[in-house]
Amino acid sequence: MSNKKLIVSLSPHTCGKDSVSRIMYDVLIALMPAFIVSMYMFGFGALRVTLIAIFSCVLFEYLIQKFMLKVKPTINDGSAMVTGLLLAFNVPSNLPWWMIIVGSFVAIAIAKMSFGGLGNNPFNPALVGRVFLFVSFPVAMTSWPVPILTRFKLVDAVTSATPLSIVKEGLKNNIATSELITKLPSYADLFFGKLGGCIGEVSVLALALGGIYLLYRKVISWHIPVAMIGGVALFSGILWGFNPEKYMDPMFQILTGGVFLGAIFMATDMVTSPMTPKGMIIFGVLIGLITVVIRVFGAYPEGVSFAILIMNAFVPLIDKFCKPRKYGFVKVKND
Amino acid sequence: MSGYKELKTFPKGGIHPEGHKISADKAIELLKMPEIVSIPVSQHLGAPAKPIVVANDIVKVGQVIAESGGYVSTNIHASVSGVVSKIDKVMDASGYKRLAITIKIDGDDWLEGIDTSLDIKKKITLSKEEIISKLQKDGIVGLGGATFPIHVKLSPPEGKVADILLINGVECEPFLTADHRLMLEKGEEVLIGTQIIMQALGVSKALIGIEANKLDAIEHLSNLAKNYSGISVVVLKVQYPQGAEKQLIEALTNRQVPIGGLPIDVGVVVQNVGTAFAVYESVQKNKPLVERVVTVTGKNLKNPSNFLVRLGIPVSNLIKAAGGLPDQTGKIVSGGPMMGKALNTPDVPVTKGTSGILLISENESMRGEVLNCIRCAKCAWHCPLGLEPYLLMNLVEKGFYDQAQQEQILNCCECGTCGFTCPADRPLLDYIRLGKSIINQKLREKS
Amino acid sequence: MNFTIFYTIISLSSLGILAGVILYFVAKKFKVIEDPRIDEVNEALPAANCGGCGYPGCRSFAEACVKATDLDNLFCPVGGNKGMNDVAKILGIEVVEKEAMLAVVRCNGSYKNRPRTNIYDGTTSCKIVHNLYSGETGCSFGCLGLGDCVKSCKFDAIYIDEETGLPVVDEEKCVSCGACVKACPRLLIELRLKGKANRRIFVCCSNTEKGGIARKNCVAACIGCGKCVEVCPFGAIEMRENLAYIDYKKCKLCRKCVSACPTKAIYEINFPPKKPKIEPTAEIKMEETN
Repeated sequence: MSNKKLIVSLSPHTCGKDSVSRIMYDVLIALMPAFIVSMYMFGFGALRVTLIAIFSCVLFEYLIQKFMLKVKPTINDGSAMVTGLLLAFNVPSNLPWWMIIVGSFVAIAIAKMSFGGLGNNPFNPALVGRVFLFVSFPVAMTSWPVPILTRFKLVDAVTSATPLSIVKEGLKNNIATSELITKLPSYADLFFGKLGGCIGEVSVLALALGGIYLLYRKVISWHIPVAMIGGVALFSGILWGFNPEKYMDPMFQILTGGVFLGAIFMATDMVTSPMTPKGMIIFGVLIGLITVVIRVFGAYPEGVSFAILIMNAFVPLIDKFCKPRKYGFVKVKND
Repeated sequence: MSGYKELKTFPKGGIHPEGHKISADKAIELLKMPEIVSIPVSQHLGAPAKPIVVANDIVKVGQVIAESGGYVSTNIHASVSGVVSKIDKVMDASGYKRLAITIKIDGDDWLEGIDTSLDIKKKITLSKEEIISKLQKDGIVGLGGATFPIHVKLSPPEGKVADILLINGVECEPFLTADHRLMLEKGEEVLIGTQIIMQALGVSKALIGIEANKLDAIEHLSNLAKNYSGISVVVLKVQYPQGAEKQLIEALTNRQVPIGGLPIDVGVVVQNVGTAFAVYESVQKNKPLVERVVTVTGKNLKNPSNFLVRLGIPVSNLIKAAGGLPDQTGKIVSGGPMMGKALNTPDVPVTKGTSGILLISENESMRGEVLNCIRCAKCAWHCPLGLEPYLLMNLVEKGFYDQAQQEQILNCCECGTCGFTCPADRPLLDYIRLGKSIINQKLREKS
Repeated sequence: MNFTIFYTIISLSSLGILAGVILYFVAKKFKVIEDPRIDEVNEALPAANCGGCGYPGCRSFAEACVKATDLDNLFCPVGGNKGMNDVAKILGIEVVEKEAMLAVVRCNGSYKNRPRTNIYDGTTSCKIVHNLYSGETGCSFGCLGLGDCVKSCKFDAIYIDEETGLPVVDEEKCVSCGACVKACPRLLIELRLKGKANRRIFVCCSNTEKGGIARKNCVAACIGCGKCVEVCPFGAIEMRENLAYIDYKKCKLCRKCVSACPTKAIYEINFPPKKPKIEPTAEIKMEETN
C-alpha cells in the first residue's frame, strides 16, 4: 500500500495511563494538605526548610546522574522532589540550612543513587537522610519551634518539646501518666496539628486527607497504613492494659510522633515495601511493634523512622515468603 | 451500570482497558472478492497440512486443497474457485514466510452438496462420532484465536469426561466486535452449533458467557436460548482477560484448571461463539471452514466494520474496504490490542485465527521509555494467574531459567495485563515470552 | 562493674573454642579426597569459565581431562594448543595439535545492502525478535543486529558496527569459544578455520530462499546460482537449498569462487589484492579490518 514503514512490537499494544511520574506527582499532591498545615503552624520556617530540601535533592540527583553516572537525568519523574519534601517533613522548621543540604545529600547520593537510583534503593531515602541528621545533630534535630508563635521568625525561635519527649522525660522521673496528660496538648490539638514537632508530622487530619487521596488514586493500598497504625495501637494497648499509670494510652501513641506520616507516606513507599497484601500486613504490624518498643523501652522518644528502616531491611525476605497465590494450585490431588 | 446485580467474574487480578468497540453497531458485510488469494497451509495449531493440489489445478469453493498433516492438524479448503497459480512460501501473520496455496479467482463456484442458503436447519441428524469426523473433515478449528483443531478437543483422552460446555462470547479484547455481531445476527445458528457440540461431547449443560458490555447480544441470545434445553446465557463482568480460557472457566464454573493441565481435567470444554457458528455450518449446511467474521477497526479508520471474509484474502483488501489505510497509521495488528500480533506488511492473508485487524496510529504505536522497576507491584496484583511478572522478567534477564520455571513462568497466558499496568513501561511480557520459549526448548531437549 | 569485661572475655573465648572444635571435627569427617592433578590442571587452564569446551566451567573441564584417557575430544579454545600441551604434560599424555578456529558471521545484510522495511520497537534481544517475526528487513534469515552475540561474548571480541548494523569479530580477541554461535537465534555464526596467515574464504549469506526473492531483499545475498560450485577445483563448495556452502576443510584458498560470484556473496579476507584490481566495496573493507 504505502511505502511507510510499519512498527512491529510484541503485544500488548496498548498501555494503561499509569506512569512513574504520575505516581510521584500524586504523592506530592497528597502531601499538600499537610504542607499547608505546617505553613500555618510554622510559617516561613517550614517554607524555607521545604524549599531548600526539595531544591537540593533535585540538584544532587541531577548532578550525580549527569556527571557521575553519565545517564540522562530523570529529575522530571518527581521522585527526588518527593524525597526532598518527605525529608523536609521529617525535620524541625528551625534546622540550619546546611544541615538540610547534608541530609539531602545523604538521602539522594548515599541512600538512593549509590544503589542504582529509583527502584533499587533498599531503604527509604528520606528516612535515611532524616536518621543520619538525627544521629549526627541530635540537639538541632530535637529542638522544636513552638507552633503558631514562631510563624514569622526564621531561626532563633522559641522552642518546645514534643509530646513524646515530655512523656519520655516524665516517665523517667517517675511521674504518673495521669499527671503528665495535664502538661500535654489535647487530643483535638494533636489531631489538627497544634503541637511542636517535625514540619509534616503534626496534623493527623491533613495527613489522613492525603492518604485518602492516595487510596483513591490507587497509589497505595490500605494494607500498610492500617496494619502499621493497628500495630502501634495493639502493642501500646497491651502495655497500657498492664499499667495505665506507667504507659501512655494507644490513642496518644497513634496521634503523636509521625505515626501517620510514616504509615501513609513513608512505609508505603513502593520501592521499599513488600509487594503482596499478606507481606504488607506483616510489614506494617512489625513496624508498629518496633515503634512501640523503641518508644517505650528505647533511648529515643520516637521510633517510627527507625522502625521503618529496620523493616525495610526485611522486605526482600518478606517478599520471598509471601507470594501471591498462584492459579492452578488450589486443588492439588491427594497430597 | 448494566442493571445486573451480581456479575460473575474471575477472582484474582484483571484490568479494565477502555472498550473502544467502535464497530459494534456495524452489521456484518460481505467482503468483495479480490483477484487472487493465498491460503496458508498452516492456519491452525499443530502440524501444517500437506497440499494435495498442484499448479494449474482448477478448484471449487469448499474443495480440500491440503490434507491434515497429523492428528493435531486439520484440512484446508479452497475458499474461492479458480485456478491454482502457485504453491510457494508467502508472508503470513506469523511474521515468517510459510507455505501457501495461491489461487487465481474465477467466478464463485461452490462444490456440490454445500448448502449456501440462509435457511436455518434445526434438526440434528448425525451421531456423536459422525459429528466429530465431519468437523475434522471440514477443517473446523477454534476461532477464538488459538486455532486448536476442534476434533481433538471434542475427543477427551481416556478416563476424562466433560460435564459442561462453555461457549465463549466474552470478546474481552478492546476494539474487537466480530463475536458480538455474530451473536446478534446469527444467534439461532450459534445456539444450534452449541447443541451440536453438546451432543458430540455428550454433555447436557452449556453456558454462554458474555461480558456485560454487550447487552443487546445478551438479551437476544437469552430469549433464543429459552427454546434450547440445557443452554443458558451468563452475564459476566467487564474485566480483561475475562475471555481467557482459564479465567472464563473459573468465572463460570468456579473450577481451577490444575497447573500443567487442560480444561478437560476439570470436566470443561470451552469453545468460541465463532466456532459454534462454524460447527453449525459444517454439520447442518455441509459447509467447510472457508470464511470467518473479521473486525476491521481503529480510531483513525474511516469506516470501522465487520466483514465476512473468505480465508486467504489479503489484509490490505480489508483495510481498503473499510476506508483505506489512514496516513498516520503506525501499526497494523492482527487481533486485539492486548494479545494481537503486529504485522510487518499489510499483504498477509486472513487465516482461521484472524479475529480482527486493528490499526493503531503512529503516536500511540511506540512504547514509552523503559524506566527502573519501582516495585509498585501492580503487575503482580493484576496478574490473573497470580504470577509475579517483575520477578519473572528479572530472572529471565539474568538467565535464571530454572528459578523462573519454579515460579511457574510456563503458566503465563500472555494476556498482557502486566505490561498494560506497568507505570515504568517495562517490557515484562517480552521477557516472559523469551523465558517461556527458552524453557520450553530446554524441556524438549531433555525429553 | 569490672566483672562485665571479665564475663565477656570468658563467654566469647569459650564460644570461639567450641566453634573451633566443631569445625575441626566437621572438616575431618566430611573431607573430600580429590585427585590432586585436578587442581594442577585447573591452574594450567585460563580460568575464563567461558564454557567453550562444552563443560560448565574450567574446573569441571579439568576434572574431565583427568578422568579421560586421551585428550582427543577435549579442547580448551581459550588456552589453545599451548594450554592443552601444558595440561597434557601434567597428565603425562600426548596431545594432537588442533588448528585455530575463528567465529565468522555469515550475513552481509548491512543497512546499505538490505533496506529496512519496518521498524521494530521493543526489547533489544535477537531472540525475542526471532520468535516474533522475520525482522526489520525482507530477509528472514539474516542478522537482526540487536547484539545477542555481543552480549554473549566474554572476551569483548565481537561488536556491532554502527555503519552497517552487523556484528564484527575481532580476530585478535576471538578465542573461538562458540558462545556467540549458541547465542545467535538465526544460526548465522559459524566457527571456521582461522586459516594460514588468517586468510579465509566463506559465503557471507545464510538465505535459503530462491535467488530472485533473496536478491530482492538484499543485494549481497547468495542467489544459489551454482557458479562457485562449477569453478571450484577441489569440490569444496556444495549447494544446500539455494545457498552455497564452502567446506573449510576442503578449501585450498584458491579464490576462484570469489571472482565467480555474481553478487559478491563469497568473501575473501586478508588476501593481498589481485592484480586486476576490483574496486573493494565498503563492506569488504569493513571485513578486512575485522
